[in-house]
This record gives sequence, C-alpha cells and structure tokens, in this order.
Amino acid sequence: MSIVAALAASHAPGITGWPESAPPDQAGRFLKAFEGLGERLSASRPDVLIVLTPEHWVNFFLNNMPAFCVGIGDSFAGPAEEPAWLKVPRVTIPGAPKQARALFREMSREIDLAFSEELALDHGAMVPLHFLAPQMDLPVIPIFINCLTHPLPPLQRCHRMGQVLGELVRAWPERVALIATGGLSHWPGMPQAGKINVEFDLRFLQAITEGRSEEFARYADEAIEAEAGPGAHEIRTWLAVAAAVRGMKGEVFAYEAVQAWATGCAIAAFSGAG
Amino acid sequence: MSLYLVQKLFYHLNVDPKVRSRFQKDAEALCAEYRLAPEEIATIKEADLAALYRMGVHPLLLRPFATLKGIGMADYRRALAGADKERR
Repeated sequence: MSIVAALAASHAPGITGWPESAPPDQAGRFLKAFEGLGERLSASRPDVLIVLTPEHWVNFFLNNMPAFCVGIGDSFAGPAEEPAWLKVPRVTIPGAPKQARALFREMSREIDLAFSEELALDHGAMVPLHFLAPQMDLPVIPIFINCLTHPLPPLQRCHRMGQVLGELVRAWPERVALIATGGLSHWPGMPQAGKINVEFDLRFLQAITEGRSEEFARYADEAIEAEAGPGAHEIRTWLAVAAAVRGMKGEVFAYEAVQAWATGCAIAAFSGAG
Repeated sequence: MSLYLVQKLFYHLNVDPKVRSRFQKDAEALCAEYRLAPEEIATIKEADLAALYRMGVHPLLLRPFATLKGIGMADYRRALAGADKERR
C-alpha cells in the first residue's frame, strides 16, 4: 500500500490572490476545507507528492506542446506569476529525480510521456500546495497535462494514464500522495468569465466520488467546452487521479461556485486501501 | 494575419522578463522581429483586445497581455463584451 493520499482541488488564483472578494461564508468554508485537507495530507506522511497540473502557457507553447510531461528535475521554482499578485511566496521546491525517472521509464511502456528537468510551477500547482503542503519541503514530481489548447489529449487517454500511474506507484516502497489540480467549470479570460455551471460540477463530483469517472472520460471535448467552459478541460487531472485510485472511496470536502474567483471550486479526496 | 506569431510574442511576454522590458521600451521594433504585419502591430500597440480576441488569441495569453498593458479586469471584460460572437 503506497498511495497514502489522493486529493483533487481547484486552483483558481483568487483562492489565494483575492480571497476577500468572495462572500466571507463561502470563502471561509472553502479555505477551511483546504486547510483541513492539508492536515490530513500531513498525517498521511507522504514521501513524495505527484502533482498532476495543467499547463497555462508557462512552460510550453504551440511549437511543442506535450500531452503529458513529467518533471524529473532536482527542484522546481514557483509561482511563475508575480508572488504579490498570487499572494504565494516564490520558493524552490525539491523534486524527486530518482523516482521521477523511474516513473517515466516504467510508465513509458504504455503511455508516451515527455520529460523536463526544468518546469516552472504556476498557480496550478502553487495554490493547492500553499494549503496542502505549506512548508513546501516535500519532494514533488509534477506531471503537466495539456488541458489548455487543442488538440488536447483525449479524456479517455488521461484516464488511462492515471490507471497506469496508479498501478505503478502502488508497487513503490515510497509513500505517495497524488494531487490533481484544476477545474471545475470556468471560462478563464473570456467574455463569459464568471459563469459557473453548478449542475455540471455537481454531476462530475458525484461521478468521480462514486467510481464512475469513465462516464466523464467518454465526454466529447466540444460538449465539455459548451457546458462547462474551456477551463473544465482541466478535469483531465481529476480523471487521472480518480483512475489511479479506483476502488478507493471518494468524498467531496467542498464545493463552492465562487463568482469572484470565476470558478466552480471543488475539493475532493479518496481514501481506503491504496 | 498570423495568429501563431502574435501568440508567440504574447507567450514570450509571459515567460521572459527581458522580452517584456523590450516591449515596454520599443514595442514596434520587437513586433517587427516576430514578422508581424503592420495591422497586427497596430492592434497590439493599441491593445485592441476585442480585435485580438476575434482573431483567435487564446484567452490565457490575452489576459496577461492586458495586464501588461495596465488594463484591469473590469475594463478587460468591457472590451471583450460581444467579441465572442465573431471569434475565429
């Protein structure tokens, strides 16, 4: 049993950057759930955090956009954004190069991955880590997923990547925590920004926590985009983690449709035999 | 119009402080290095967000560009209102 924790959380910059702009009770519930999950993660004593995080034009451009990129560097710096804007201090987080290289080698038997020794962490990883591992001293293996621009890796493929990841790390001696970041419904940077599809988000959370993630893996990208906005392509990270921990029990710790953060914000965790 | 090159410039503005500083000093010279057409350079210099959005610039490249040009969220939204209907 080496998956000691499996979590998924939204990463809207407003969560740390402008929490006061949300209604206090809404922000309070969400931030409290985030902090609570941080305590839970700490109690699980992970040796390494595998963070599945979406690319946001910080590491890759249209001249070379990997579907999946594993960070095999000695360390990773973040946030890439202005720390004063995100209100998360800029730090250097240790990597786990030995495990990351092993992960790459073993996963590559079934999934084509890219790797990089240098990856900048942006709000996608830094906002969740700010609550989940605030000391920023736990070794991290980032896995960047293209949830950003077409052609996207199919949802089905992200789900399969998660299955392979899960099968692999279960056999590791290290205590591994899996963290998915992103989503749920949002239309970032668009005229529709601020719109949230609560019905989609709740349906997604229910499926994920009830072991029915395949239902969303079968969704067409066009349907996701029409219903829940381009930001919802980030459910790829959630699907991967849900697939990795199939059989574990999922639980929603928070869901708040926070207009001031322009995102359907959710936090979920999986528990049971990993 | 080269959407790819406009976006490439915006990406570099995002990730490279040296490119940002050159943009602030002489936007036209920098844009010329990206082989942008005169009308594209004008659109960028004027920060015509609706035109850039309509030509298909990715919203997560456009939003940081707007920030660089000192355009706040409220003005950004006002500039884009209605622009999605004609987006490429």
